Amino acid sequence: MDASVWITLGLTLKVAAWATGINLILGTAIGWLLANRRFPGRELLDAILTLPFVLPPTVLGYYLLVVIGRNGWLGRWLNDTFGITLIFTWQGAVIAASLVAFPLVLKSARAAFEGVDPQLEKAARVLGLSEWAVFFRVTLPMAWPGILAGTLLVFARSLGEFGATLMVAGSIPGKTQTLSIAVYEAVQAGQDSIANMLVVITSVTCIVVLLLAGRLAPFRPTR
Amino acid sequence: MSFDVDIMKTVGDARRRFQLQVKFTMQARRTVIYGPSGAGKSLTLQALAGLLQPDSGRISFADQVLYDSAQGTWVPARRRAFGYLFQDYALFPHLNVRQNIAFGLAPGLRNPSIAVAGEAVEHWLQALDLGEVAAQRPAELSGGQRQRTALARALVNSPRALLLDEPFSALDPELRTRTRTELDLLLARVGIPMLMITHDPEDLEWFGEQALYLRDGRISERRAAD
Repeated sequence: MDASVWITLGLTLKVAAWATGINLILGTAIGWLLANRRFPGRELLDAILTLPFVLPPTVLGYYLLVVIGRNGWLGRWLNDTFGITLIFTWQGAVIAASLVAFPLVLKSARAAFEGVDPQLEKAARVLGLSEWAVFFRVTLPMAWPGILAGTLLVFARSLGEFGATLMVAGSIPGKTQTLSIAVYEAVQAGQDSIANMLVVITSVTCIVVLLLAGRLAPFRPTR
Repeated sequence: MSFDVDIMKTVGDARRRFQLQVKFTMQARRTVIYGPSGAGKSLTLQALAGLLQPDSGRISFADQVLYDSAQGTWVPARRRAFGYLFQDYALFPHLNVRQNIAFGLAPGLRNPSIAVAGEAVEHWLQALDLGEVAAQRPAELSGGQRQRTALARALVNSPRALLLDEPFSALDPELRTRTRTELDLLLARVGIPMLMITHDPEDLEWFGEQALYLRDGRISERRAAD
């Protein structure tokens, strides 16, 4: 078997894992904020952060180029100040995958936090806990199954990200070429056996992730 | 004297407004605030516990000022050291009975382990007959066991007073009488002041050494004519 396939799989898993980690932390924090704090523009923020769900990935990719591209306002600053370039790197692919998959964890986390019985948090406060302790000992454990289900969907979505990733990170074999892009390249080049194998690997990985997510999603804490 | 209360709180929006204006002094070891649902009982109890900040007024307990809008004083719930029994008990569903009871003894960021032990935990497990279900989660308990777990959790920290929100309403009628007797004995043993809110006249009869009547957000010493 072609060794480059395994390099591509490894790179894809690395990108998906980073995107999942970033989304887990950001999605939990912002999901909690949207569920528990009232502030002006709350629903607008939710709508903007949900946009990646409905916008074409190429549009997202274009937005990312405008922001982190060589001449983008953040990209130029990063390059001038730190000498960091994100375009055509695997880190750029992580940013693209994170952005595209973010609504999945945000929606799950917000719904999970909104489903936590406020009486339990009150009980914890009366028993002497600080607000941080209430969060880590009651709120987060109660919301965790929902957050975890959303996080697994993020992982599956990141594995298959194509459009935004191609625009931001390109298709450099062994460097930024992920599975979904490699499938496209293989088909274009008429390498059907490689395409077949890549498609099977991608499908099996996604099915496993969805099965795991399905096992967690129906969990409802009993009172 | 234990509680001395004079507070105002308005809740709701422009269409549905409810104004709570409560003034009373607790003059007995056992005081019951009796009133129909929607009279403001829960709001009052939550204000005493520190779970709800009034708009104005003053709350003190045994010479300690817990809330004073004029002075800007507000002691948060976690520093008030009261036991609170919630109407549906609010047991932590992800923790077993033992962990629920020990919950308030560990103030840090981590929950007690599933085998948490200690003199206080063992004492209350035995005292409330929960030894056999110590490793079970709340979902596996009977109504009476849940209530006893919630009581043990509230009492394990040696609170200064016990606040009870409709403590028997979630129980079967047959169980209520037995549980009232048990609570009666328990209160006599721990010897701390108790304030109960209820809409059940029998609770008032059993525990109302001092009876206060709450209706439409106001308290009176006498029962309003129905």
